[in-house]
Amino acid sequence: MLDVERVRKDFPLLERQVHGRRLVYLDSAATSQKPQSVLDAMTRYYETTNANVHRGVHALAEEATEAYESARNTVARFVCADPRGVVFTKNATEAFNLLAYSWARTRLGEGDILLSTQMEHHANLVPWQLVQPETGFDLRYVPMTAGGLLDLDEFDAVVATGRVKLFTVTAMSNVVGTINPVRELAAKVRAANRDAVVVVDGAQSVPHLGTDMVDLDADFLCFSGHKMLGPTGIGVLAGRPDLLEAMPPFLGGGEMISNVTLEGTTYNEIPYKFEAGTPPIAEAVGLAAAVDYLSGLGMDAVRAHEVELLQTCIPALEAVEGVTVHGPTDPARRGAAVSFAIEGLHPHDIGTIMDREGVAVRAGHHCAKPLVRTLGSAATTRASFYLYNTTDEIQALVDAIEATKNFFKV
Amino acid sequence: MSLDDLYQEIILDHYRSPRNRSGDLDPHDVHVHHSNPLCGDELDLRLRVQDGTVGAVAYDGDGCSISMASASAMTEAVAGRKLSDADDLAEAFRLMMHGEGVKREDDLLDGVAFQGVAKFPVRVKCALLGWMALKDALQTYSEGEAEHRVTYD
Repeated sequence: MLDVERVRKDFPLLERQVHGRRLVYLDSAATSQKPQSVLDAMTRYYETTNANVHRGVHALAEEATEAYESARNTVARFVCADPRGVVFTKNATEAFNLLAYSWARTRLGEGDILLSTQMEHHANLVPWQLVQPETGFDLRYVPMTAGGLLDLDEFDAVVATGRVKLFTVTAMSNVVGTINPVRELAAKVRAANRDAVVVVDGAQSVPHLGTDMVDLDADFLCFSGHKMLGPTGIGVLAGRPDLLEAMPPFLGGGEMISNVTLEGTTYNEIPYKFEAGTPPIAEAVGLAAAVDYLSGLGMDAVRAHEVELLQTCIPALEAVEGVTVHGPTDPARRGAAVSFAIEGLHPHDIGTIMDREGVAVRAGHHCAKPLVRTLGSAATTRASFYLYNTTDEIQALVDAIEATKNFFKV
Repeated sequence: MSLDDLYQEIILDHYRSPRNRSGDLDPHDVHVHHSNPLCGDELDLRLRVQDGTVGAVAYDGDGCSISMASASAMTEAVAGRKLSDADDLAEAFRLMMHGEGVKREDDLLDGVAFQGVAKFPVRVKCALLGWMALKDALQTYSEGEAEHRVTYD
């Protein structure tokens, strides 16, 4: 079992006050706070090792390269990916853009279906929309039910056409928390078309659930460093090496080349082919430290802690008059991003009043407008929990909701 | 700065008892739709022009208390004004929200209560939504058009 009080001591930011009150940070689905070990690893890298990677012949360059490649191995192990298929990007969004430009744009054409879902973050919608006009594929979406689940009948109907060549889905919703049955969905897609490629958005799931790419049956997995205790500025595209090898580069420049003449260029091997320019080296070191921190606690313990929080949080919210919790209520079927509505109040007002109570929540569309519209509104208030949150903080959330209702007299 | 600066009683009153809030205005000369994707706010504004003045104005929408209350206060402040005068008043409100002094304080009526919102930078856009929709409606009308949609980045 996770010792949350001990965990909290590792996160210096959680000590701070906001508007004269102890901070209750419930916005980890937007970005997580960082443990001291991550901050120290990055500082140590800059203090002792900093150099550019893969080129220099001097000692620092070798050490920096070793640190960077060792981080790649650490991240690969964390999600059971082949290190050759682990590409460091700027964030999960860039990983999706890479796939849209280098895979969808070159592999899909008229008659092919790219199947996404209504539950997706904009990062898993807009890149596909950008390349759709020049390739002419059919962009279809699995609808989401009002209860926050994918409409599997609609999914089956589209898959039955046998025309789905790329299926992309989030493993865990950033708004309603739903954990999708990725493995089953992938199996159906492959049964209908064995050449289909399955892309999984792991931005919310990788920080919170033990992740095994093979077990998920994913060809590609995209996630961000900063939502899993790591720094901003680094994301991951983990993919099947054979698919990555066959793809053209996304960004061009240094590092991604094998030979350059003025007439043309041959490209480096994977994953370097997709890492143009100086990569986020210190960020990779920080991300590896974050992975080590999570592995040290054990992802099963992290998940168990969050399930325990959900078991308290969801009934506590539902007990407040006028509050509706969106998405699945069974903790086993959901992650710790909990969106809710307060009757008669707008999320932006709720967010502002709660902030004054020291409670940091997110108000808005959470970069998932099609999903939020399905819930019948333009915006929700979201409290999202992580390994450092306590049941006391759930009480603080409920108290802040009551304070907000009192303020507006609803 | 306190919450009372942001949510003055006048503002809460407009939020709870909106003025000129309606999904239609029959007849109207111009209709604009403004949305602010950041907060998910949506606002419809309909304007009837009568002898070069604001004959009637109605708003409807989905948004936070600041955005809806500000639109409500705006409708009262501009009713009956010459179009150019209403535009000038909207500019005075905009400058006030950007902390550039309060002009035409008496003409803004309850709009003055939104001064405190200027201390909450993330909420300034909310207070401006209705007024910017008004400016756009006047501009759209002057160009001989009847419909316009605006999305803020």
